[in-house]
Amino acid sequence: MNAELIVFVVLAGIAVLGAVSLIVQRHPIRSALSLIVVMVALAGLYLLQGAELVAAIQIIVYAGAIMVLFVFVIMLLNAGEEERTNLSRVARYVGLPLAFFLMLQLAYWIGRGAPGHAAPAAPETTKGLSQMLFTTFVLPFELTSILILVAILGAVVLAKRES
Amino acid sequence: MVPSFYYLVLSAILFGLGVVGFVFKRNIITIFMAIELMLNAVNLAFVTFSRHLGQLNGQVFVFFVIVVAAAEAAVGLAIIILIAKHRQSLNVERVDLLKL
Repeated sequence: MNAELIVFVVLAGIAVLGAVSLIVQRHPIRSALSLIVVMVALAGLYLLQGAELVAAIQIIVYAGAIMVLFVFVIMLLNAGEEERTNLSRVARYVGLPLAFFLMLQLAYWIGRGAPGHAAPAAPETTKGLSQMLFTTFVLPFELTSILILVAILGAVVLAKRES
Repeated sequence: MVPSFYYLVLSAILFGLGVVGFVFKRNIITIFMAIELMLNAVNLAFVTFSRHLGQLNGQVFVFFVIVVAAAEAAVGLAIIILIAKHRQSLNVERVDLLKL
């Protein structure tokens, strides 16, 4: 068992535990903190795969900006404990096994997509990524700026409607 | 080098947990966080295939997914604030009319 595998197992365990905690916790702020744990663990996994830029962006944008927005809204709305609703019998005895079955099916079929050994990692990931972003994918890149503009306008309009 | 298969299985597990949270949770903010969890699981699969195939396209797509998630979070949380103000509740079972 080499060091890389140990790091992978630890990070994967943290990620799965965080995801389970997100579902089990009843208070939304605890769920949000669990999600931050998952995201940081995933950033570690990206680093392990040699995707430095994606790992940095995961920390800065996801764990930083987006989750701050979530925590901010939870505190703004003063969200309390989730109301306890009784899970219907169908949900408990059919839904949960079906969800587990879905998980197994996903793992099986997506795992089949990666036979054999991985190609050697491309050197200078960040450089190649930036070049692709501004040459091959320049149109989607510009479109995302329009998307963000529309999202800003939408958020302002929704927030302003109150008066 | 850790086999890609392990990463993909982890990605599938995280996606499945996101689906479970999306279906079983009652709090609208927690449901939104379950969606973010699913997006993260897909990102992990993208990065894994990117490494596995030795191409960088997957990582570019992770960028776009993150950008779309940010835009989605901004608009979605604004909608959640409006719903919470009108209904005085974050329980999705109380939100059964499209009319605000």
